[in-house]
Amino acid sequence: MAIPYEFGYEKPLTLEEAIQLLGKHGKNARVLAGGTDLANEVKQGFRVPEVLIDIKGIDSLRKIEIIDDRLHIGALVTFNEILESKAVQDNAYILYEAAGLVASNGVRNRATMVGNICSAVACMDSAAPLLVHDATIHCLSVDGQRDVTVQKWFVDNRKTAIGEKELVTHVSIPIPKLKYAGAYQKMMRYSGEDLSQANVGVLLFSDGKCNVAFGSVGPIPKRSPKLEAFIKEKGINSQSIADAKEMISKIIAPITDVRATKEYRMHMTKVMFERAINTAVERLKKPKLITKK
Amino acid sequence: MKKISFTLNGELRYIYVAPNEGLLEVLRDKMGVKSPKCGCDSGDCGACTVILNGKTVRSCLIFAIEVDGQDILTLEGISKDGLTPLQTALNERNAYQCGYCAPGMILSVTELIKKNPHPSEHEIKESIAGNLCRCTGYKPVIDAVLEVTKKH
Repeated sequence: MAIPYEFGYEKPLTLEEAIQLLGKHGKNARVLAGGTDLANEVKQGFRVPEVLIDIKGIDSLRKIEIIDDRLHIGALVTFNEILESKAVQDNAYILYEAAGLVASNGVRNRATMVGNICSAVACMDSAAPLLVHDATIHCLSVDGQRDVTVQKWFVDNRKTAIGEKELVTHVSIPIPKLKYAGAYQKMMRYSGEDLSQANVGVLLFSDGKCNVAFGSVGPIPKRSPKLEAFIKEKGINSQSIADAKEMISKIIAPITDVRATKEYRMHMTKVMFERAINTAVERLKKPKLITKK
Repeated sequence: MKKISFTLNGELRYIYVAPNEGLLEVLRDKMGVKSPKCGCDSGDCGACTVILNGKTVRSCLIFAIEVDGQDILTLEGISKDGLTPLQTALNERNAYQCGYCAPGMILSVTELIKKNPHPSEHEIKESIAGNLCRCTGYKPVIDAVLEVTKKH
């Protein structure tokens, strides 16, 4: 489809150049990484920029590395690069698990995790894993660096806490000190190419602490401190899981759309919560910290 | 308009593009490369697949200006010297009817067997997932790939 709007294109080769450009153009610019969401938005006229700032020339944004007990994932890291990364598999298995369920191979070759949370479409797959891992989003602008916790990142459907002149350089995840295991569950109509109708992430620690996040069942993905406190207090058994499933009715607010009804989303979120928590329990029993399939 | 250059099927090519031109349209309408097709035009169907720097991508989701200096391979490129064993196996099985999804499927499998010469059925299915076929179904495609990649 021909795009009936004109816009400029810049390809900075350094971070400094990129933030200068963002400082100059502000909200009239869109940052282009993989473009799998952005190209559709531009084609549909949903968000038409004056200028695209293509950051793919900035190699420092392409890294996955561990610095000071935190796993850093750069803005240009694609979902397939996450799938190929031992550092991610070893330190944030649930993110690896979710990355494998994003769209199809041809999309994962291009789509980035940071782009996923910047587009912030409610059905994104990266949010629940990042939420349960207490990730931090690192932004850079001409005014300096600003770090935002993932809990404060999502503001509304397709709306984040990013500033007009800011570029997300990377996301970092604290590597837990305690033994832990996670599980990600996604409901979709068929595998290989579908958006999630609902998703659940669980991260369970050896001291009984349990982080739970729900995605695609409200305008923004979210954690539930109330549910987490309940599980920590009662432990994981059939009664506490049954009670926790009841609590979910009041925590999430799914809508009906072309992909699923709100009733089905509500029901399946409870089912997936149970599956995820049971999987996490099983994985936590394994001798190694690393949770392989 | 900006002059960009990139390698297309092994040849260095130059072309003038505007930032709002999509790669799929530029390849088809300005450069005469017709194997990538426009299906859903939103990245879901795989008909527009090309290989960019060794990896399959959706050309409908890429602005042409982004590929300046890159390397693009299409079906025309991989069958320059005649049909590949994979294509022959697909032909022998009549794996395609209308053929609209064929270039995307073939490029997706080509990417797979380059890094994994003996894939499992599951890996084949994962590689062609997102390439939607509405005619013959996927079975003869998977069978053909299994045949050309089985261990000897």
